[in-house]
Amino acid sequence: MDKQTALHLYRVMRTIRRFEQRSTTLFGENKIWGTIHSYAGEEAIAAGVCEHLRDDDWITSTHRGHGHCIAKRAELGKMFAELLGRETGYCRGRGGSMHIADTSKGNLGANGIVGGGIPIATGAALTAKQLGTDQVAVSFFGDGAANQGTFHESLNIAAIWKLPVIYVCENNQYAESFPAKKAFAIEDISVRAAGYGMPGVRVDGRDVAAVYAAASEAIARARKGGGPTLLVCESYRHEGHYYGDPRKYQTKEEIEGWKTAFDPLLDARGWIVRDGLGTEAELDAIDRAVDDEMERAVAWAEAGPPASPLKFPEDIYASY
Amino acid sequence: MAEKSNVQAVHDTLRDEFRRDDRVIILGEDVGVRGGVFRVTDGFIEEFGPDRVIDMPLAESAIVGVAIGAAIAGLVPIAEMQFADFSAPAFEQIVDEAARIRYRSNGQWNVPIVIRMPWGAGVHGALYHSQSLEAFYAHVPGLKVVVPSTPKDITGMLRSAIRDPDPVIFLEHKATYRAVKGDVPDGDFTIPLGPADVKRDGTDITVYAYGLMLHRCLEAAETLGREGISVDVVDVRSLRPLDSETILREARKTGKCLIVYEDNRLFGAGAEICAMIAEEAFDSLDAPVMRLAGPESPATPFNKIQEDAFLPNADNIATKMRELAAY
Ligand SMILES: Cc1ncc(C[n+]2csc(CCOP(=O)(O)OP(=O)(O)O)c2C)c(N)n1
Ligand SMILES: [Mg+2]
Repeated sequence: MDKQTALHLYRVMRTIRRFEQRSTTLFGENKIWGTIHSYAGEEAIAAGVCEHLRDDDWITSTHRGHGHCIAKRAELGKMFAELLGRETGYCRGRGGSMHIADTSKGNLGANGIVGGGIPIATGAALTAKQLGTDQVAVSFFGDGAANQGTFHESLNIAAIWKLPVIYVCENNQYAESFPAKKAFAIEDISVRAAGYGMPGVRVDGRDVAAVYAAASEAIARARKGGGPTLLVCESYRHEGHYYGDPRKYQTKEEIEGWKTAFDPLLDARGWIVRDGLGTEAELDAIDRAVDDEMERAVAWAEAGPPASPLKFPEDIYASY
Repeated sequence: MAEKSNVQAVHDTLRDEFRRDDRVIILGEDVGVRGGVFRVTDGFIEEFGPDRVIDMPLAESAIVGVAIGAAIAGLVPIAEMQFADFSAPAFEQIVDEAARIRYRSNGQWNVPIVIRMPWGAGVHGALYHSQSLEAFYAHVPGLKVVVPSTPKDITGMLRSAIRDPDPVIFLEHKATYRAVKGDVPDGDFTIPLGPADVKRDGTDITVYAYGLMLHRCLEAAETLGREGISVDVVDVRSLRPLDSETILREARKTGKCLIVYEDNRLFGAGAEICAMIAEEAFDSLDAPVMRLAGPESPATPFNKIQEDAFLPNADNIATKMRELAAY
């Protein structure tokens, strides 16, 4: 990996981490309505995959979607504005954290429905194939979603039609409180790919270089007409399912143990310095730049006007 | 007699039914160790074990479908949809299977399940944690659809629902879970699935509501009472069966009717009540039947300003009541 890519991957991950920290404090200050789901701990997946995507490639995201948005180059200010319910937010403050979409960057949207995005990415890939473009679609979803009907239906369709789509399963070991160990009779979710007739790959979702390499191969194959891939990234979320989750289903030892052992940012700092791709000082400078950018984004978002009630049929129909 | 919140009433009633009949099981997402996202099954897995308190993989269609099969074969399953919104993937199993099995088997089989769904807006849950789905299900013969809104009604009707030989959609308004409290009589009483209940006796206008809107209507009725207008408030409580006797009796009593519901106004439950009154009590009416309901929007927005504008509140309900009273 070259220096520029390594530092960029680090920067994206650091941006996601900082975004989650800032949205958590805003939530604690009662400035955010509803709920938020933190992506902290899973940054390497969105960063490593989206590094290969162009603005005209498609993604579908989830309720835990901040990381996907950021990696797909969303504007931080507009994201915060959405969380804060401002007119200047991505959905004019209507959807909040779980519904950020940015079609200008190919982000078909976060989704409050688990599994809701998987067929939609499949359909975007169908269009790319029929129009003969070399665009690809990536669907991000969790281990929980891999048991929803839409997962099975979509993988079969993508395989029989050889669609340019990559299914990225983020196995953070839990669907809310329910451990993947109990939700699956298999230990490796990627073996399911064989049942549909596509390659299945399992990677360490903490290691951004590993995700980057696996995604590179899958995306290149899809662009050249080689069909879909199931990419399962083993991961762990540092926080609860949502902000305020009492986490009764996990022990303190488990949480602390994973959090230290499983930190994609620390991991990346380690190999970037070791392999001579960057110095501690360079990485610290990135941290500071990200923190500054974040504060500017929050300030911009907080200055935005509150969302206004909608007038029918605005944003419901084109005409009525 | 004990004072409880709505959510406590759901919890206690389920627990008592689990103790009464060991064929009762619950299937849902996070109902086990987590005790449900609204704490409805708190302590259940400890008392009744994982065979009866079943954490399901994330697949609503299978949660309902497995409940149906288990019911036909002899258990008494309760299927929990974590939020009513997530029942959409299970629509086929609910509507095509549960509702139609008695009919298509010439009455040989029946499906004694309860599908519990926290529904409604008012908690800033945004698009997919706020929906009103009662009209979808109330449209289907073969399902019973009930919407109790007080701790006593929840207790009596949940017992009836669990003991009912047919599928019951049991809707619990999540914004009332903790906000609404009330007395629940002791003992194993039941309240039948069907009858509406007059929650406030009045003589000038009749208002029909259920869920969160019932409580907002009761609040608005107090305001009008102070202005000298006497408001009759009917808690519809059950949408299918729909209690024509009470609905029409109360309509004839005042001759002025308003239906308040938070679901989309068009094709909602209020349209059915409105049609019933227009067809059966036309001669007694002194004003057109009025409706106040949610706007034409595919989903509830998440931020407080927009959500407040979306939901009828005690103020605009009172305004509508005055308009009707003055007609
Ligand atoms: C259809 C549907 N069912 C249930 C839910 C409630 N819910 C939200 S997130 C979640 C768990 C999702 O687990 P997973 O797919 O592993 O994603 P993670 O939260 O771990 O990132 C559940 C059950 C939902 N939003 N949509
Ligand atoms: Mg998960």
